[in-house]
Amino acid sequence: MQEKNPGLALFTFLVFVFLLGPLVIITFTSFEPGTVLRFPPDGFSLRWYENIFKVKMFLKTFGTSIFVSLAGNLFALLLGIPAAYALSRFSFKGKSLLNAIFISPVLIPGIVMGFAMLKYVLVTYDLPIYAGLLIGHTVIMLPFIIRVVASSLSNFDFAIEEAALSLGAGRIATFFKIVLPNIRSGIIAAILIAFLESFNNVDISVFMTGPGVSTFPIQLLTYVENNFDPTIAAISVLLMIITILFMFGIERLMGLSYFTKR
Amino acid sequence: MKNKGLYLLLLPGVLFLAVFLVIPIALTIASTFYNEGSFTVQGYVTFLSDPYYLKILWTTLRVSLVTTFVCILLGFPVAYYISRLTVRKKGILLALAVFPLLTSSVVRSFSWMVILGKKGLLNSSLQWLGLIEKPLEILYTPTAMMIGMIHLFLPLIIITLVGVMENIDPDLLKAAESLGASRFTAFRKVIFPLSMPGLIVGSILVFVGSLTAYTTPALLGGKQGVLSTFLYQNAVTLNDWHMASVIATIMIVVTFVVIGLMNKVATKLNPKG
Repeated sequence: MQEKNPGLALFTFLVFVFLLGPLVIITFTSFEPGTVLRFPPDGFSLRWYENIFKVKMFLKTFGTSIFVSLAGNLFALLLGIPAAYALSRFSFKGKSLLNAIFISPVLIPGIVMGFAMLKYVLVTYDLPIYAGLLIGHTVIMLPFIIRVVASSLSNFDFAIEEAALSLGAGRIATFFKIVLPNIRSGIIAAILIAFLESFNNVDISVFMTGPGVSTFPIQLLTYVENNFDPTIAAISVLLMIITILFMFGIERLMGLSYFTKR
Repeated sequence: MKNKGLYLLLLPGVLFLAVFLVIPIALTIASTFYNEGSFTVQGYVTFLSDPYYLKILWTTLRVSLVTTFVCILLGFPVAYYISRLTVRKKGILLALAVFPLLTSSVVRSFSWMVILGKKGLLNSSLQWLGLIEKPLEILYTPTAMMIGMIHLFLPLIIITLVGVMENIDPDLLKAAESLGASRFTAFRKVIFPLSMPGLIVGSILVFVGSLTAYTTPALLGGKQGVLSTFLYQNAVTLNDWHMASVIATIMIVVTFVVIGLMNKVATKLNPKG
């Protein structure tokens, strides 16, 4: 039954203007030829896009962020896929406790996690900042990997696995030849979702900076606090394009309905 | 499967989280009760007796409550509207709601700096229209934080509610109406109670999210501190790790109390579980 109420339709439209309007506005301001952020812009220029590449720290921290998100993603997959498999495939004592542990990085405030890791991981073990970033980002990606892979496994018919096993295939061979190929799109979606979560992270990374080392969002934050020019608007547009590409990927792989399930 | 195999699958992940998350959090909490080897609650006494600290706690709670309330108010009708659309239209609107959610919080807060600033879009429009003479001071106030956070978390409650509402059988509403209920009564007696689980989960996500958000208050809140920015300030700028740990513990306690309370409300409203 479709809702035909025009008032409700207008209300929905206005709420979406509120949600998307600010993002449209910064897109316009990114083409400002002058030095002041304004809407509408005073003309059309790409100078602020060029400026992104002139600020060395932007390029450097972008590289750091990509590296941390990719490497952390790999660790989270190595830890998360076996756990998701065990949690979906078997029932055993203490399963709900384990589920709670694996979901805990989502429940504990990010800023608290970042501080606790700074104090009791980075400083206690005297680790380099890169190691701290890698560990922190692996922790925040793990629940997303486990959740998406587990939901993908819930659609997998384990009878197929049983069939392979009863025909004499080993457990490990069965996993790699039967289970893994069947949840491939779920795993790729998990990688994309976790990557965005890590790449955009501020709460953890803000505690893990040092001389010349920082992640991209932290560099943006620092830049905004000190400069108010359209460079950030230009970067925002590039980030939004990346986000849209990721969204298309996630939509193709598992549908956006993933986001509506809690 | 033998237990040994099961342990091998689960152990690496559990160990990793235990060493790098659970133990650091536990030590952070424990450290607030010790000072130079002896038991103390001085940190909490200091926090709870200092009007400056209490004001920060109050601002945080106030901003989070208003954000949650407005998000419910705006999100509920929108989610209902989306859930009744055809598959295609629903997909488009869901995508438009998910997009800001996946966009960097720095970008989203920055966009509000452009709008709310002294020479921002809002002030220049109002001045151009002749509605105000002097620019309004919105940026760097709790109001700016609230606007930024509503913008940040509204998509979350919309998509959570859509997920619940699209599973409500539309025939139920038709049945209620054919039995003489008005549209509004049918909505209030059918849709509202059935959406309750989604509303509670969504509210928890928004409330806890705004209670602990860092980027938005850091960029839009100015000197007006909230718990998260105050924690960062103590840990990094002031190097007062004891106070930072006290704030961290207070944030964890408030978060879990809120989650616990909401879950209690949820089970009360829905005895079937």
